[in-house]
Amino acid sequence: MADKQVVRELKDKAYQMRVNLMTLCGTFEGSVHIGGDLSMTDVMIAWYHYGLNVNPEDIQMPTRDRFVLSKGHGAVGMYIAMALRGFFDFDEILKTYGKLNSAYGMHPCKVNLPGVETSSGSLGHGLPIACGMAYSAKVKKQSHRVVALLGDGESQEGSNWEAMLAAHQYKLGNLVAVVDRNRLQLDDFTEEMMSMEPYADKWKAFGWNVVEVDGHDMEQLVDAIDNLPPTSSDVPTVMICNTIKGKGVSFMENNPDWHAGSVSPEDMKRAIDEITEAYNKERGEM
Amino acid sequence: MGVTFNFGEFAASRTICGDTLQAMGERNDKIYVMTADLMRTCSVKGCKKAFPERFINVGIAEQNMFGMAAGLALEGNIPYVTTMATFASMRACEQLRTDICYQNLPVRVVATNAGLTSTGGSTHNAMEDMGVLRSMANLTIIVPGDPNIAKDILLATENHPGPVYIRLARGKGEPVVYQPGEVDYKVGKAIETKAGKDATIIACGVMVSQAVDAANILEKEGISVRVLDMHTIKPIDEEAITKAAEETGIILTLEDHYTIGGLGSAVAEVIADNNLNCKFKRMGIPQLFPGFGDGPELYDKYGFGLEGTVETMRNMLK
Repeated sequence: MADKQVVRELKDKAYQMRVNLMTLCGTFEGSVHIGGDLSMTDVMIAWYHYGLNVNPEDIQMPTRDRFVLSKGHGAVGMYIAMALRGFFDFDEILKTYGKLNSAYGMHPCKVNLPGVETSSGSLGHGLPIACGMAYSAKVKKQSHRVVALLGDGESQEGSNWEAMLAAHQYKLGNLVAVVDRNRLQLDDFTEEMMSMEPYADKWKAFGWNVVEVDGHDMEQLVDAIDNLPPTSSDVPTVMICNTIKGKGVSFMENNPDWHAGSVSPEDMKRAIDEITEAYNKERGEM
Repeated sequence: MGVTFNFGEFAASRTICGDTLQAMGERNDKIYVMTADLMRTCSVKGCKKAFPERFINVGIAEQNMFGMAAGLALEGNIPYVTTMATFASMRACEQLRTDICYQNLPVRVVATNAGLTSTGGSTHNAMEDMGVLRSMANLTIIVPGDPNIAKDILLATENHPGPVYIRLARGKGEPVVYQPGEVDYKVGKAIETKAGKDATIIACGVMVSQAVDAANILEKEGISVRVLDMHTIKPIDEEAITKAAEETGIILTLEDHYTIGGLGSAVAEVIADNNLNCKFKRMGIPQLFPGFGDGPELYDKYGFGLEGTVETMRNMLK
C-alpha cells in the first residue's frame, strides 16, 4: 500500500502543478494545450516525483530512468513537473514560454533543452523511440526503466502498433507505456472519432502486461508504480490511466473545446480558485 | 571479403556493404545493423550471426525501425538502417526528419535499389529520394560511384556526428570505376574521375561509369570531357562545380533520379547562386512513372543512356 505521507506530498505537488499550469495559461498570450496538461498532471507528478530515478543535479546520470513524452503537446505539463522536481525554473518558463529564443516551446526540443530525453511533438513517434532506448539498455545490461507517456488519441497512429509488436518481440520488460486515457482528442471524443475500445484488450492481445488505474488517484498511481514487474522481466507494461481532460477546472473538464486555448485573467483566477478549493477540501478530509 | 576487382568489371555493392558493416560491427560495439525484412536484399545476414544482439530485424515496419534507430542513437549507439531507398525516404520520411535529423543523431541509412535499378517498377524504384531528403537540415547525402567506394564511404562516415543517407543502386552487377583503395575518399569533396578541359559531366552513383564511357567516346572525336564524381550531394562541393564552370564552360549533370530535386538541381543551385557563366543541362528521369525494365534499358528508353548522353554533350558543344 502506498505510504500516506508520500501520497500527501505528491498531491501537494499536483496542486502546485495545476496552479502553475493555469498561471501560464492565463499569462501567455498564445494558446496552451491546457486540457491534456491538466489530464496528465497527477500522472506526471507520480512519475517525476516518485516513480522515476532521476537527478536534476546530474541530468546525464547513466543509471537514470528515461522519460519520453510521446504526447509532445503536453510539453508545458512536462516542463512544470520537471521544474517542481528541480530541473528547471518555473519563473523562467513563465517568462519565456513560446517566445523567441526560448528553450521552452510548444513541443519539447532536446537540442534546446537538455534534461529532456528526446524531442517530440509529431504523434506516434515516442513509443518506437522508447523501444530503441529500452533495447539498448537491455543489450548494455543496464537496469534503468524507459517510460513513455502517450496520449490516447495518438494511439490511432499506426507506428504505435508497430512498436507494440516490437516491444513484445524483443521482451522489453524495462519499458512502460503510460497512456493518458482522457478520451478526447483535438476534434472530438475518441470513441466518436475512431473508437479504440476494447482498448486494454488490444494491448493484452499484443502481449503486454496491462495495468489500469484512475489517473487522478495518487494512491492508485503509486501502487501501480510500486507493483511494476522488475526491469529484468520479459514483458513490457502499459499503464492505462483513466483521466479527465481539463481535470480540476469546471469549464474545461471533458469539453472538446479545451484541447488548447488561453484564458482571461478573470478565468485564470476562477480556475485557480476552483483548484485551490478542491485541494483544501481534500486536504481537510485527509 | 578478400575479393579483388579489376577495372572494367562488375561488382555487388550490397555484398561489399554487408561485409563492411559486419567487419565494422565486429570491432565497434556501438554499431547496430537494422533492417525491415530485407536482410537478404541488403546482404546483412552475416551481421545477424556475428552480433545477434545488435542486429535488429523489425519486420515490415519501417516507421518503427527509424524510430527505434533514433532511440538507439540517443543512447550513444550508431545504428545502420538498411532498407530500399523508396521506403527509407518516403515510408519513414517523417521519422528520419523529426526523430533523427531534428536531433542530429548519428543514424546511417543505407538505402538500396535507388533510381531505376530495382527492376520492380515504380513502387520499388526511388526516383525522388534525393529530392525528398535534400532539404532536410543536418542530413548528409552520399551516392557511391561504384561498389568499391561504397566501402570507403561506410568507413569514412563511421564517426560522423550527424545522420548520413547513403544511396546505393540495386547492389549487384554494378560497373567498377575505382580499384579498391585507389581514391583518397573525403566526404564533400568531388572526385575528378577523368580530367578534361572542353566540357564537364557531373555524375553520381551508377551514372559515373556511364559518364566515363561517354567521355571516352568523345575523346576519340577530339573532345576533352571532364568527369566529376559528385558522390556527396549534400553538402555539395561548390569549389569543384565553380572550377568546372570556369575552366570548361559547359556542365551536364547525369543521375539516376528525377531531374527535379537531385544532383542536377543541386548543381543548378550552385551555378545560380554564384552567377557562374556556363552552358548547363540536366539529364535524368523525366517527370513520369517509367514502366518496367532494368536500369540501362530504361535509361536508354528515356534518353539518358550512353547514346543520349554523348548526343546531348555533342549538342552542347555546338
